[in-house]
Amino acid sequence: MPKIKLAENTVQLIKDICKEFENKESELINVLHQVQSKLGYLPAEVQEVIAKELKTSVAKVYGVVTFYSFFTMIPQGENPISICMGTACYVRGSEQVLNEFKRQLKVEVGESTEDGKFSINCLRCVGACGLAPVVTVGEKVYGRVAPTDVKKIIAEYRNH
Amino acid sequence: MTDYKMHLLICGGTGCKASESDEIKKRLNQLIHDLGLADEVQVVLTGCFGFCEKGPIVKVLPDNTFYVQVTPNDVVEIVEEHIVKGRLVKRLLYTDPTNDEQISDSKGMDFYKKQIRIALKNCGFINPENIDEYIARDGYQALGKCLSERTPEEVIKEVKDSGLRGRGGGGFPTGLKWEITKNVENDQKYVVCNADEGDPGAFMDRSILEGDPHSVLEAMAICGYCIGADKGLVYIRAEYPLAIQRLKIAIKQAEEYGLIGDDILGTGFNFHIELRYGAGAFVCGEETALIHSMEGLRGEPTFKPPFPSVSGYMGKPTNVNNVETFANIPVILNKGAEWFSKIGTEKSKGTKVFALAGKINNVGLIEVPMGTTLREVIYDIGGGIKDGKEFKAVQTGGPSGGCLTKDFLDLPIDYDNLLASGSMMGSGGMIVMDENDCMVSIAKFYLDFTLEESCGKCTPCRVGNKRLYELLDKITQGKGEEQDIEKLKELSVVIKDTALCGLGQTSPNPVLSTIKNFEDEYKAHVLDGKCPAGQCKSLLRYDIVEDLCTGCTLCFRNCPVGAISGERRQPHYIDQTLCIKCGVCYEKCKFNAITLT
Repeated sequence: MPKIKLAENTVQLIKDICKEFENKESELINVLHQVQSKLGYLPAEVQEVIAKELKTSVAKVYGVVTFYSFFTMIPQGENPISICMGTACYVRGSEQVLNEFKRQLKVEVGESTEDGKFSINCLRCVGACGLAPVVTVGEKVYGRVAPTDVKKIIAEYRNH
Repeated sequence: MTDYKMHLLICGGTGCKASESDEIKKRLNQLIHDLGLADEVQVVLTGCFGFCEKGPIVKVLPDNTFYVQVTPNDVVEIVEEHIVKGRLVKRLLYTDPTNDEQISDSKGMDFYKKQIRIALKNCGFINPENIDEYIARDGYQALGKCLSERTPEEVIKEVKDSGLRGRGGGGFPTGLKWEITKNVENDQKYVVCNADEGDPGAFMDRSILEGDPHSVLEAMAICGYCIGADKGLVYIRAEYPLAIQRLKIAIKQAEEYGLIGDDILGTGFNFHIELRYGAGAFVCGEETALIHSMEGLRGEPTFKPPFPSVSGYMGKPTNVNNVETFANIPVILNKGAEWFSKIGTEKSKGTKVFALAGKINNVGLIEVPMGTTLREVIYDIGGGIKDGKEFKAVQTGGPSGGCLTKDFLDLPIDYDNLLASGSMMGSGGMIVMDENDCMVSIAKFYLDFTLEESCGKCTPCRVGNKRLYELLDKITQGKGEEQDIEKLKELSVVIKDTALCGLGQTSPNPVLSTIKNFEDEYKAHVLDGKCPAGQCKSLLRYDIVEDLCTGCTLCFRNCPVGAISGERRQPHYIDQTLCIKCGVCYEKCKFNAITLT
């Protein structure tokens, strides 16, 4: 991956967040949550700054980032699409829905489309099992999604 | 407080919110305000009612009318008919599928009749963002009594006598856990609430936190008093934004009322509660992994002993209980151990909350006494299998559990019976499957989950499960050999015996249990190259029967990959090399001209 040069104010933002948690190593996960919510993802360069601030190794930060599925090192699409792959949704056909999204957008799970409009991810149970299979686009939840609905859902966001 | 004549309760759980319950609330409020009824009618956003299949739900009090599948467009009719004129809106009532009768009171519904609500007592009744409503239903009464009238020993004895066992899956006696932590000498101890509900398809903990957060906070404070801790931590999934928000509001309100914080109710007892966020790791439901995660580390489990009761968070004695376990505590202390221990079976007392999902008519959250049979749960409460299909199996215990076939339908559900039948209680997910579900694929689905969630620390789990997955994948691709079934069994047993933590030790359970109960289905894949349930795509083939095809072009127009060709009014053909086996043509054809083999 090409190296990114972080903007001055981004570095400051990360430093401020670390400071909020008193630069404590034990607060690493909380720091990562905060930083990701501000920047959208956690590239290696960001992890380096965090490691330095919390006086720990980059390896440890990287270890934690890659351990938890909530943290991502790849930027998400403008409209992040998540397909629920919890058991309830799976038995009601979420795999077919996922395959249709992959086919229509021509990307794999964890990737973004070339224009950066969409990214696809799987998630495990949003707890709306009554609406299975469930798809979320950003904050919006779509319930009882069939493969034939996929085109319509994508079209809703395509021209925004 | 204003004395309202009527209350409109709207479900504000995640499921119903996804179906626009916020918008319903907004429109109701607006209309009631416009009609000048704001002093008489109160609109309340509550926690989950449990009947998610029929959401969004609007309940009218005092007459207990239960409206189902309400949309924002129904608001005007509800207000004008029910509230203004006092007439039921019949088309929004629940219809009993067995006799087509409309039922207006939820108490008369089969879904609710067999339920006893202890942990879910307040869910769907109170506004979770208002502490006064919790207090009005005996909230914080148990805490007050414990602090002013009872010694920690007395409280622990009551919890022990109740027979309450951990609801997170393990089933360890709660009172005993408290006693062990209490007896460890240390100047600092912690109470931890495990709200890292990672089992896919289980959402009871989230619903409790969303619908009744104070019950958990109250129980944590009581636990703190018993074991001698002044600090509580809730470890909650970051994927549950609504539950987090409601917990934060609840903590703030309880602090303002002096029910959490320093010198609670003037008794000199201090107890503070903070939140810690999970970041998506199933293994963090395991208590040692959870503790490491709270310390900012990778959530890898460590060998027990030492148990967290002796050396937990920051090396200090820590009592970890699950959300549902805590939610039982205030009720037990208010009503007494004797009352509680009368409910349930000999070794499993009280009730259990289950998330009923999958191919069942009434998806939802239910709470039944221990000892209720699977048949009662699936047919009476759950309303039977969707689309009149045949029941095949029910999976309990999530990725660590197993499946139960129709032979077990009359089994009374409790910790020990489930374990003896090759499954487990787990956190309470119950996924119902019908004749169209392929059990090999289900086992593969769970292994895929375990693979992703394995922390990689020990070899049996990291490598062994990968090999299990590959074997299952091979079988679903139609490339399986007869000895693969034996290999699966052998490897499963090795992983169970040698993995480090609960995740690895239980991960082969779905494989073993599906082989045990559905060996024929495995054999059909391996020996005949067939998937009896018609799920494994590599083993399927769609063909058009020339004589039946009218050339209507419907399949041609609907095929997403252009695999179908043919002239109008002439028989069409499927190019097998292009076909992705999505089955759209099969569903669309009006002449039954497409066969599936």
